Amino acid sequence: MLATVIQFPGSNADFDAYHALAHVVGVRTEYVFHKESSLPAHTDLVVLPGGFSYGDYLRCGAVARFANVMAAVRAHADRGGLVLGICNGFQILTEAGMLPGALTRNAGLRFECRDVSVRVEVDGAFTEQLRGRTLRLPIAHAEGRYHADAATLERLERERLVAFRYVDAGDGEAANPNGSLHDIAGLYGGPKRNVLGLMPHPERAAEPILGSADGRLLFQSAVRAALAR
Amino acid sequence: MAAEPTVTPELARAHGLTDDEYRLACDTLGRTPSWPELGVLSVMWSEHCSYKSSRVHLKRLPTKGPRVIQGPGENAGVVDIGDGWAVVFKMESHNHPSFIEPYQGAATGVGGILRDVFTMGARPVALMNSLRFGAATHPRTPSLLRGVVAGIAGYGNAIGVPTVAGEVQFDAAYNGNILVNAFALGLARSSKIFYGRAAGVGNPILYVGARTGRDGIHGATMASAEFDEEKEAERPTVQVGDPFLEKVLVEACLEIFAADVLEGIQDMGAAGLTSSTVEMASRAGNGVELDLDLVPRRAKALTPYEILLSESQERMVMVARRGLEQRVIDLCAKWDLDAVVIGRVTDTKRWVVRATPGWDPMSGTPCPEGQSRIVVDLPVDLLTDAAPVYQRPCVDDPRPVERYEVDHRALPFDARADLLDLVGSVNVGSRAWIYRQYDHLVRDGTVVRPGAADAAVVRLFCHDETSHHEKFIALATDCNGRLCELDPRAGAAMAVAEACRNLACTGAEPIGLTDCLNFGNPTRPEIMAQFRDAIDGMADACRALGVPIVSGNVSLYNETLEAAGPRAVLPTPTIGAVGLFQSSNDVVTAGFKRRGDRVLLLGPWGAGALGGSEWLTRKAGSICGRPPSIDLAAEAALQKLLVGAAREGLLASAHDCAEGGLAVALAESCILGRLGATITLPDGRSSDAATLFGEDPTRVVVSCTPYVEGLLRDKARALGVTVTALGVVDGASLRIGDSLDVAVNDLAERHSRALSPVTG
Repeated sequence: MLATVIQFPGSNADFDAYHALAHVVGVRTEYVFHKESSLPAHTDLVVLPGGFSYGDYLRCGAVARFANVMAAVRAHADRGGLVLGICNGFQILTEAGMLPGALTRNAGLRFECRDVSVRVEVDGAFTEQLRGRTLRLPIAHAEGRYHADAATLERLERERLVAFRYVDAGDGEAANPNGSLHDIAGLYGGPKRNVLGLMPHPERAAEPILGSADGRLLFQSAVRAALAR
Repeated sequence: MAAEPTVTPELARAHGLTDDEYRLACDTLGRTPSWPELGVLSVMWSEHCSYKSSRVHLKRLPTKGPRVIQGPGENAGVVDIGDGWAVVFKMESHNHPSFIEPYQGAATGVGGILRDVFTMGARPVALMNSLRFGAATHPRTPSLLRGVVAGIAGYGNAIGVPTVAGEVQFDAAYNGNILVNAFALGLARSSKIFYGRAAGVGNPILYVGARTGRDGIHGATMASAEFDEEKEAERPTVQVGDPFLEKVLVEACLEIFAADVLEGIQDMGAAGLTSSTVEMASRAGNGVELDLDLVPRRAKALTPYEILLSESQERMVMVARRGLEQRVIDLCAKWDLDAVVIGRVTDTKRWVVRATPGWDPMSGTPCPEGQSRIVVDLPVDLLTDAAPVYQRPCVDDPRPVERYEVDHRALPFDARADLLDLVGSVNVGSRAWIYRQYDHLVRDGTVVRPGAADAAVVRLFCHDETSHHEKFIALATDCNGRLCELDPRAGAAMAVAEACRNLACTGAEPIGLTDCLNFGNPTRPEIMAQFRDAIDGMADACRALGVPIVSGNVSLYNETLEAAGPRAVLPTPTIGAVGLFQSSNDVVTAGFKRRGDRVLLLGPWGAGALGGSEWLTRKAGSICGRPPSIDLAAEAALQKLLVGAAREGLLASAHDCAEGGLAVALAESCILGRLGATITLPDGRSSDAATLFGEDPTRVVVSCTPYVEGLLRDKARALGVTVTALGVVDGASLRIGDSLDVAVNDLAERHSRALSPVTG
């Protein structure tokens, strides 16, 4: 099992993903610089980490999709390889057309950093046997409001591609922190539901000392899925 | 290019130099300084760079200790945390820029303090900030708060360093002059600290990072008539930050450090290329020679004056070992950063700058051969050690003392209503609106988040080829300017004591402090007296608590001219404090944990002083009353008890009594734990304003299981710390004696909406 974490200039949660994979879950993990044109041989999982790739001065993720390494990431996904886009990584996946729709400015117009509750909507490579579970994960973004046209939303629902939905945690906070359509927090894509993009940060909630270990479940599921291939 | 102005005494005065200072410069040089030399002298002799008013007093601060690797005088302080690792930290002000342009002012404040930290070889891992705004009702306060918070968030979030703690206070004294103090902390190998030294004669000097523009030139000098005539000079004086560029700069610098090719490094902060290279030459006892023709630019037709004084952000100066400069350039190229050799280290002890007059590299024409000439040639020590230093007159201001006599019993008092008001006041209530705009979780280290305890707790990943430790530190920042206004010496001692107490409440041992000293105009004797007394108070507390100050910053001239005369901010010696845990198991937070736990007050009751308290200030409409005093020996014993009890696992919660006093501390522990408490005041104590809301220091509300209460009391007795039983955690409301009963839900509701008068 080999996981790789892509480092774009401006990625800043690359260490978070590396730590969760390498130190918490115990997976062999390597960083891959954006200028590379190929992934290390035998890469099973590619993580596009959170951050502000290329400064995100244009639309978030709009520049990163042109990075050298992205062709290899796309080829990996097309082969059915696992790809996880977290926060800025989710934004990059939508900008690259690997997931449909777009992530726009939060309805509240501010950066929002807090815990949210999300319900797992379907089983998949990152959510094996987790359907129906509610997970506690932190968010930290200003552009996380999922948007897509009506036909796309209808397709996402029909094909059961909505992976996570924001739900009320009963803590007095708004369940949906950013105004995402259909309360969408994460989406599956790829030929075999092998690509996942989500705004919450599972890699920042993979240990009890950080307040929640729920995020570890996603990585453990991915490890099982990779080993089963 | 316009002709250079002729330097005259009038022009020197317009640059902020006194006649005596100008004469000193002329006499030392034996000639009239050139136009760029005048600019350089004015910035290097400015209060900001030279500390000319504060230096004589700063010497009295304790700066040494067994853990101190580097004290004041470098870019940041360095403190040993064991196993070959060290924390590097400092706090700095960005007050005036933030008032003029809140977003960019605050953003570049964060960028600047981060550079001070990573230039020492450290990876930045935590940020804090200490903010002061005018009255909540002042028309500018909402936009200033919004802009400053957005600016801090915009920079810190993008660069990926979590903002884990902070404080904010509102007071009319800051109406015309807000305070934005930013703190950064980094982690480094204690054997691999880098210093701002131009060491090794002949070594190349490299310029790395952003190109130079005209931004910030007026930030360092007084505008002159000549300048105003030039249209280009109409640009805003506030610098503009680019967190993306700085993020790339951090990563490149960390790789360059690891390559072991540098002799010295420093960021270009205030006074940019000038102060960075002058200070590096001074620390190494060397000279430098720079060639401005080689400086990367983003603006056309820059003059030597402008290049030397530009405060463009995200720029570094590096001194590489001779022959290894290409390694630096290659590592920068990986990150698409400009890196250019612009000069070399000399043995002349002079700061020499060359340029080709009239040639603009951006013009596209080749540099004319052989026309480069020396435009600045100054002795390094004239700009540093031999710069003017002042022992300014000090006269105590009688006015605060005249305000001591206030009969608070004549003021209306309603325990329940007043508690709700205080818990929901802008100075006491929830800061969630602020800290939720900061990414406080990036880097997977935030173990105790903002608002959950008296200090943030951060896990440090001490990882390299030979080490795989996790260490835990606590961070807090504190200062109560009202108490400093009424009694600068005691108030400053209490700022140090409270910052350290905040750490101790979480179970961390304080290991080092940084300061950011915000005061008014030092040429006013009553301001200088405040400064002198505050330094003495800080020194008293540092000695009593055994904690050194390892870095800091002085910000003077924080005042506005009003019809009635100059109005200074409250004396605000902000303290940033760092504590170390033995184990993550020792971490204690502020919320009550379990029904049935005992609630105790640790520390002396004090006199019930209301002077300068939030309650009295609100009721009386001004800062008045006799302020509390502090017994520093009792404080030291209390903090020792807290750390020891945390290490033995005796404490379920700990929260110090600060703004709003005992009743607010109890209410906050209830709110955080979503649990009520039944409190019975001891004999002889009634639920009056002084008991409930007085702000005597050295008091902490703790809770513990009934089984360990005896152990805690034994420990306290051995240390001579007073313990008072207050009651028990139970129910869903806070009840204090017979007079006060308020539902925790009501307290939480008011607490959560505290900033809404400002944020809308």
